[in-house]
Amino acid sequence: MFTDATHTPAGTDDDEAISTEIALAMYRTMSTARKFEKRAYDLFLQNLVKGTTHLGIGQEAVAAGVAAAMRKDDYSFITYRGHNHLIARGTPLPPLMAELLGRDNGLMHGKGGSMHLIDVERGILGSYAIIGAQLVIANGAAWSAQYRGSGQVTVCFFGDGATNIGAFHEALNFAVIWKLPVVFVCENNLYMEYTRIDGVTAVAHPAADRASAYNLPSILIDGNDPDEVYLTAKRAVDQARAGGGPSLIEAVTYRHGGHSRADPAKYRDPEEVRDWLTRDPLPAYRSRLVASGVREAVLDAIDAEIITQVDEATEQAKAGAWPRPERLHTNVWSDGGATWRN
Amino acid sequence: MTLLTYRSAVARGIAQEMRRDPNVVFFGEDVAAAGGVFKTTVGLLEEFGPDRVRDTPISEQAILGAAMGAAMTGLRPIAEIMYSDFFAVCWDLVANEIAKSRYMSDGQVSFPLVIQCGNGAGLRFGAQHSQSIENWAMAIPGLKVVAPATAADVVGLMAAAVRDDDPVIFFNHKALYASKEEVPDGEIVDRLGRAVVRREGGDATVVALAAMVPRALAAAERLSSEQGIECAVVDVRSLVPLDTTTILAEVAKTGRLFTVEENPRLCGWGAEIVSIATEECWASLTGAPVRITTPHIPLPSADSLEDLAIPSVDRIVDTVSTALSR
Ligand SMILES: Cc1ncc(C[n+]2csc(CCOP(=O)(O)OP(=O)(O)O)c2C)c(N)n1
Repeated sequence: MFTDATHTPAGTDDDEAISTEIALAMYRTMSTARKFEKRAYDLFLQNLVKGTTHLGIGQEAVAAGVAAAMRKDDYSFITYRGHNHLIARGTPLPPLMAELLGRDNGLMHGKGGSMHLIDVERGILGSYAIIGAQLVIANGAAWSAQYRGSGQVTVCFFGDGATNIGAFHEALNFAVIWKLPVVFVCENNLYMEYTRIDGVTAVAHPAADRASAYNLPSILIDGNDPDEVYLTAKRAVDQARAGGGPSLIEAVTYRHGGHSRADPAKYRDPEEVRDWLTRDPLPAYRSRLVASGVREAVLDAIDAEIITQVDEATEQAKAGAWPRPERLHTNVWSDGGATWRN
Repeated sequence: MTLLTYRSAVARGIAQEMRRDPNVVFFGEDVAAAGGVFKTTVGLLEEFGPDRVRDTPISEQAILGAAMGAAMTGLRPIAEIMYSDFFAVCWDLVANEIAKSRYMSDGQVSFPLVIQCGNGAGLRFGAQHSQSIENWAMAIPGLKVVAPATAADVVGLMAAAVRDDDPVIFFNHKALYASKEEVPDGEIVDRLGRAVVRREGGDATVVALAAMVPRALAAAERLSSEQGIECAVVDVRSLVPLDTTTILAEVAKTGRLFTVEENPRLCGWGAEIVSIATEECWASLTGAPVRITTPHIPLPSADSLEDLAIPSVDRIVDTVSTALSR
C-alpha cells in the first residue's frame, strides 16, 4: 500500500474482494502488454517500427486495473504511451502491431502510427500526442454521454508532465462545474521526457496535491498495484456512472526504459532504477496470485498463449502490405475524400 | 420576408437547427444568460434550456475540447469562440486535434461540429480583437471555412454547417452585425462550397468575402455610375470547400480579377484565388490579377488608421480603375 499522511489512501476500507476472474484478467493484460511492448522494441531496433514509440513497460498495472473497472461501452482517452491501454480494452494484437510497422493491415492503415492509435469499436477515442489535449476532449465525450443519458463513463489517462499545462486546469474546472461522468487518471512515472517532474512542479504530487483546487478529494495510489488501481478506479467509475461527477486519481508508477525510441535514460539515478525494478508490477502480482492460491501452471499457460499471440501478430504485421497509395487521399472528410474545391 | 439584422440572424440560424435536431447543443462564454457579448444569441437559453445552451468559463481549450469530444460521440455541437483572435489560445484543438483526427484514424471517427466566432475589423478594437483569421484556418487540411456576408447567408450557411459531418469554422463578421436585409421566412438551408455572383458586369471580376462584399458592391456601383466600368462581384462565402467553378467562370468572362480581403498582405486567401486563376485561366486573363488587402501590419485602433488599413470603397474604386486604364 502506498500511503501518505496528506492523501486518501484508496482501497483500504474496501470490503470488496477481487474475484479470481478479474485478477486473472488483469494479469493477462499486464503480461500481454509487457510481451507486446518488448517485441515492439525489438522491432524498433530492427528498423521495422519507424518514427518513434513510447513504451509503458513497468506501468502496466494502471492500464490493467482501470480497464478492469470499466464497462465495455465506456470511453478511454489515452496518450502516445498507449499500447497497454488498447491491449487492456481488448484491441487485437495483429492490427496493433501492423500499425506500428506502418502496414495496410494496421489499425488505421498506417495513417496514425504508434502515437495516434484509436480503436473506436473498443471505446479508445484516441491517443493524444500533444500534451494535455485529451483532458479537455474527454470532457466532451463525458458530456455527450451525460446528455444522451447513456450511462457511459469516460476515463482519461495522462502523464505527470501534463499537469503543468493549461488544458489540465481548464479540463478539471470544466468537468467539476458540469458534474461530468469522467475519471482523470494521472500516471505519474516521475519523469516528463528527460526531466524529473518534481524539479519543475510547485507541489510534490502533481495531480493529487492540486485536486482540492477543483473541489475534488486528493487520491494518491500505488500505480504498480493492480488491485489498488482497480478498487480505486471502480469507486471513481461507479461514482461517475451514478451521477456523482468527476474524480482525479494520481497513480505513482515507473517506466523501466527511456522516454521513447532508444533513449537510454541516463538521466536517472541507478539506485532509483534498481529500487523501482524490485517493484516491477508483473512479478509482484504473479507472486501475489500464487500466494492466494492460483496455480503456477495456470499463469504459465496464460503466458505461453500470449507469446504465441505476439508471435502471430508480429508475423502478420511483417507480412502486411504497405498502405495502398490511394489511402494518401482518403478520409480527410466525411465523404471519404480530400477534395477542397469543386 | 422579415427585415433581419445579421446579428439576429446568428440566433435564428442556431435556433432553426436546434429545433430540428435534439443533438445540436450550443455553448460558449456569455452566450446563454447574457445572450452573447454582441447580442447574437439572445433567446436561445429561454427556448432550449440549460441542458442545450450553456455558458462556459473562460476556457477556450475546454470549450473546443468539449465540442470535439461531444462530436465524436454523437452530438452536433456549436461552440462559440467570442473573438476569432482568441483561437490563438486553443489552436491545438483546432489545428492538431479536430482537423486531423479523422484522417489519422482513417475514418473511424467524424467531427460534425461548428465553431462560430466574431471575426474582422471595423469596430476600432485594435490588434487583438479585430483580426481576420480565415487564412489561418484555411491553411489546415481537415477544416471547412465559412464566412457569410448577409443575414440570409448567416442562417442558411449555419444550417449547412450544422448538418455537415465535418468540422466547420464559421466566421461571423463583427462589422456586419448591425446590417439589415429582408430575409425569407421559414427554414433556410444553404450549401457549403457555393460562391454567389452578387452583381453582373463584363469589365472586371471582383472577388470578396464577408464585410468586403458590401464594400465591393458599393465600389462597383460607383465605378459603373461614375466611370461606366461594369464589375461582376463574387461573394466567396465558403473558402473550404472553394467554389472555383463560379469564380473562374466570372474571371473568364471579364479577363480581369481583383480580390478584396481584410487579411494582412501575406498569405491571404486572395493569393490562393489569384494563383488558381493564373494557373487555370491564364489564357482568358487580359491583365495581371490584383489583390486589394490590408497592409502587412497589426491593426491599429484609431478610426482614421483603421479605416486606412482596411480596403475601403475608395481604394477598391481607385485600384480597379487604375488597373483597367493601364
Ligand atoms: C504541448 C506539448 N509540449 C511538449 C511535447 C513534447 N513531449 C512529448 S512527451 C513529453 C513528456 C510528457 O511527460 P508526461 O506527461 O509525464 O508523460 P509520460 O511521457 O511520462 O507518459 C513531452 C515534453 C508535446 N508532445 N506536447
